[in-house]
Amino acid sequence: MQAPLAKRIWDAIAAPFDGWLMAFLAGIFVMSMLVLFSASNQSWHKIDNKLVYTVMALTVMWIMANARPQTVMNFAPPLYAAGVLLLVGVELFGVTVNGSTRWLNLGIVRIQPSEIMKTALPMMVAWYFQKYESTLNWRHYLVAVALIAVPGALVLKQPDLGTAVLIMGAGFFVLFFAGLSWKIIIGGLVAFLASLPVVWNLLHDYQRRRVLTLIDPMQDPLGDGYHIIQSMIAIGSGGPWGKGWLNGSQTHLDYIPERTTDFIFAVYSEEFGLAGNLLLLALYLGVITRGMLITARAQTLYGRLLAGAITLSFFVYVFVNMGMVAGILPVVGVPLPFMSYGGTATVSLAVALGMLMSIGNTKR
Amino acid sequence: MHRPTRLKDAQAEESQFQLRLVIAYGFMVLMLLTLAARFIWLQVMQYEHFATLAQNNSISLVPVQPNRGLIMDRNGVVLAQNHAAYTLEITPAKMDDMEATIKALGSLVEITPRDDRRFRKFLAESKEFEPVPLKLKLSEEEAARIAANAWRFPGVEVKARLFRDYPYKELTSHVLGYIGRINQRDQQKLEEDDKLANYRGATHIGKLGLEAVYEAELHGTNGFEEVETDAGGRAVRSLRRTPPLHGNNLKLALDIRLQEVADKLFGQRRGALVAIDPQTGGVLAFVSKPGFDPNLFIDGIDSATWKSLNEDWQKPLVNRAVRGLYPPGSTFKPFMAMAALQSGAIGPYDLRPAPGFFTLPGSSHQFRDSNPRGNGMVNISKAIAVSSDTFFYRVAWDMGIDRIHPLVGQFGLGQKTGIDLDGEASGVLPSKEWKEKRFARFKPEVRRWYPADVVSVGIGQGFNAYTPLQMANATAILAADGKVFKPHLVQEITQAGSGKVRLVEPKPVRTLAFRPELYAHVKDGMVAVMRPGGTAARLAAGLTYTMAGKTGTAQVVQIKQGAKYNAAALAEQYRDHSWFIAFAPVEAPRIAIAVIVENAGFGAASAAPIARAVSDFALTGKVPAELQGKLITMPQPAQAGDKQDASAAR
Repeated sequence: MQAPLAKRIWDAIAAPFDGWLMAFLAGIFVMSMLVLFSASNQSWHKIDNKLVYTVMALTVMWIMANARPQTVMNFAPPLYAAGVLLLVGVELFGVTVNGSTRWLNLGIVRIQPSEIMKTALPMMVAWYFQKYESTLNWRHYLVAVALIAVPGALVLKQPDLGTAVLIMGAGFFVLFFAGLSWKIIIGGLVAFLASLPVVWNLLHDYQRRRVLTLIDPMQDPLGDGYHIIQSMIAIGSGGPWGKGWLNGSQTHLDYIPERTTDFIFAVYSEEFGLAGNLLLLALYLGVITRGMLITARAQTLYGRLLAGAITLSFFVYVFVNMGMVAGILPVVGVPLPFMSYGGTATVSLAVALGMLMSIGNTKR
Repeated sequence: MHRPTRLKDAQAEESQFQLRLVIAYGFMVLMLLTLAARFIWLQVMQYEHFATLAQNNSISLVPVQPNRGLIMDRNGVVLAQNHAAYTLEITPAKMDDMEATIKALGSLVEITPRDDRRFRKFLAESKEFEPVPLKLKLSEEEAARIAANAWRFPGVEVKARLFRDYPYKELTSHVLGYIGRINQRDQQKLEEDDKLANYRGATHIGKLGLEAVYEAELHGTNGFEEVETDAGGRAVRSLRRTPPLHGNNLKLALDIRLQEVADKLFGQRRGALVAIDPQTGGVLAFVSKPGFDPNLFIDGIDSATWKSLNEDWQKPLVNRAVRGLYPPGSTFKPFMAMAALQSGAIGPYDLRPAPGFFTLPGSSHQFRDSNPRGNGMVNISKAIAVSSDTFFYRVAWDMGIDRIHPLVGQFGLGQKTGIDLDGEASGVLPSKEWKEKRFARFKPEVRRWYPADVVSVGIGQGFNAYTPLQMANATAILAADGKVFKPHLVQEITQAGSGKVRLVEPKPVRTLAFRPELYAHVKDGMVAVMRPGGTAARLAAGLTYTMAGKTGTAQVVQIKQGAKYNAAALAEQYRDHSWFIAFAPVEAPRIAIAVIVENAGFGAASAAPIARAVSDFALTGKVPAELQGKLITMPQPAQAGDKQDASAAR
């Protein structure tokens, strides 16, 4: 009777997980462990920590995947309200690091409320559309825009442009799937481009420098351009097949900044080359494709809106991070999903993917 | 008006949603393809370009090490310093055949088996890209020989480095501690504290003593140099330099001459001495005997030396002054007397019988007095002067442990003093709760506090156990009439660069709530200790200032009822410890001392002469006769002839 029992336990653990998603994530995990070991100069300490984060992430993912979306949905309004309150708290009592006020000190732990908003905002907007599903009209879209704008503005004021864009993007994806008129979308895009000169004036100095550096990193090769140039050299010199694991000279001679966190992809690229990059892109595309399929098959409006927003947000993280490291997007502090070292980002992504799985598990 | 049916609406909605899904998916695939195209451009089409750039990556950031702060005594005598010397270092990652290189280097400079062993050990602990020292402290000639042959050995470098040195060796071992090479545990700790960046390129870190406690002050802040390098990684030209911020200097309250006098007075005996300035809490002398040479630890101690130090029965590595716990014996009595007076258990002029033994009502057990004939009728000052045990048995019995514990505790006994050293022991000031906890795993009969337990507590035996530092601190508090300072070795921290000076713990922490007039009665007793009829009367000969003291004897073994203590019959390790506490001058105390000499018997015999001589030197500058001409911290006393020569030369 041993084997059947073990199998029953295994089935109970594995049941809520989505097989396809787990397979792609496992691939990403293996690559991330290899590259972290190299990027941290073979620090077992960081590997240990990463394992702890991964176990925590799997646990919350399992819990979220097990919960019924209809139940979790009801937590959206209080979670959203708490998130907004905490953001106001940051504004009033926040801890300032490097000129931005992003953290709230709760005595024992310091939390970053904008991290909560990344998930809470799309949940809230999706919940809102679900609630008025049968009577939707233009006023509801207006309310939804307000729901997005309030936390967006609060984060923008910290200032944290990168996170603000990610949060508002997640909310916008819900609007998009909820059927926001094409006229408005295109009109908005035109208005945005037209307002760029105004936005430029509102940007902080460091933000402007980042944009300028992107356009021509060579203007200041030892200052602001240094990071981008060095990470491009790392990627380019990796060549088609890479320099081999633990052999990246850019990495190990300290040329790459933040090499275990935001710039870990540069380390990966240098050591595993184009082949490794395409493999990693394929794995991320796998996650995205599976997410889109789950969205297409979702049974409720809430389910399809949230699943769609989660999938698109995941894509945005991947694209913005890789684009930044490869020198086609400005440097914003966005981690590469499940590759960058850091507990908060890993766990909050696991929550989102857990919800995606639970939407996929829900049959009519 | 024709309205579409709900069904049709739903269908339209569904197809619109699916359309948007396809558009979104198409958009994402397109963007990922853009990334792929960017990678192909960077990694295939521009590969040659970037590979060359990486190869010749000409600008590297090199950390510039700050100089570690100096440690000086109160008069500016340097106790921990840095001096420059050359080291021969190898970077394993730049090496094709390391063994061959080492062999070839061996023909240029001597590489001893010890150098080789140490190199292997460091090699195992460090990363491929880090330079590892093969030989330390090269002579000028050796350095020049290697430099001339440098072209033969890529990856081999001669570097000028600063070495830490403790010129007073054993004298300062338990105060300064030492620095040592950063090991994996240090590395992990630095990583957790987020300080790793500031230690880039650093090889050493404070491991023990002040070197460890004040690591953050002493280390300083890394500088950086941007250098242009050639293809081989050698620096060609410096482009920009952010200078390091050197470590801060520490100035101690300790006087190294007093420290040496105290240390040498112990001779070959084991024990500890702590002297504190009661007006500031500054530690004037801090001795734990035996000591060790801290210089041995800086670049990795070899295992034979380590073994002999670690397994020595005299435990030279243990800092007795903060980690040694001893029953205080009769030196406890002044503090007990303060508690008794404050509680009202006895008035300052009340007389009590002090017979040869004390028995509890309804018991035949005899608590004996060290004077079998007793001392007649005594008041509290006299009881301290003659060290009457039976007087304090009775006082303790009258008070009970619940009244003793909080009052004696005021003097910091049984608690960490908070001195700026690591590993301080807290000791035991017994109480009912303490006994309950200490014997928690035993039967209730063992855990329970018995009324009789209090009797031996009253004379500093029983469960009492304190560090010599605690005794010195308590004596200083008593001397200053209840003014409490946090004892500190470091007095000033001088900011590198700005030269700004910060004082360490200069203000009293609090003042005790004893009635102010009580101190005088207890001090009178301690003054009488050194007068005719007192237990240390012999010691007062030739005093040019006033001194108050108290002898003590800490039992190491229990004596059976009816048996007599016979020092000669006991092996040395089982003989009693000799204690003395003292402060001087009595009217305005400038020094408070606690001395313990292990296994040396009665307090007046061994510990008290040391305290007297230390106090003499501190207050009058008189060098003890037996140490004349033997002290390294003081110039030899000038001979008459020398003086003439000197004046002639002038």
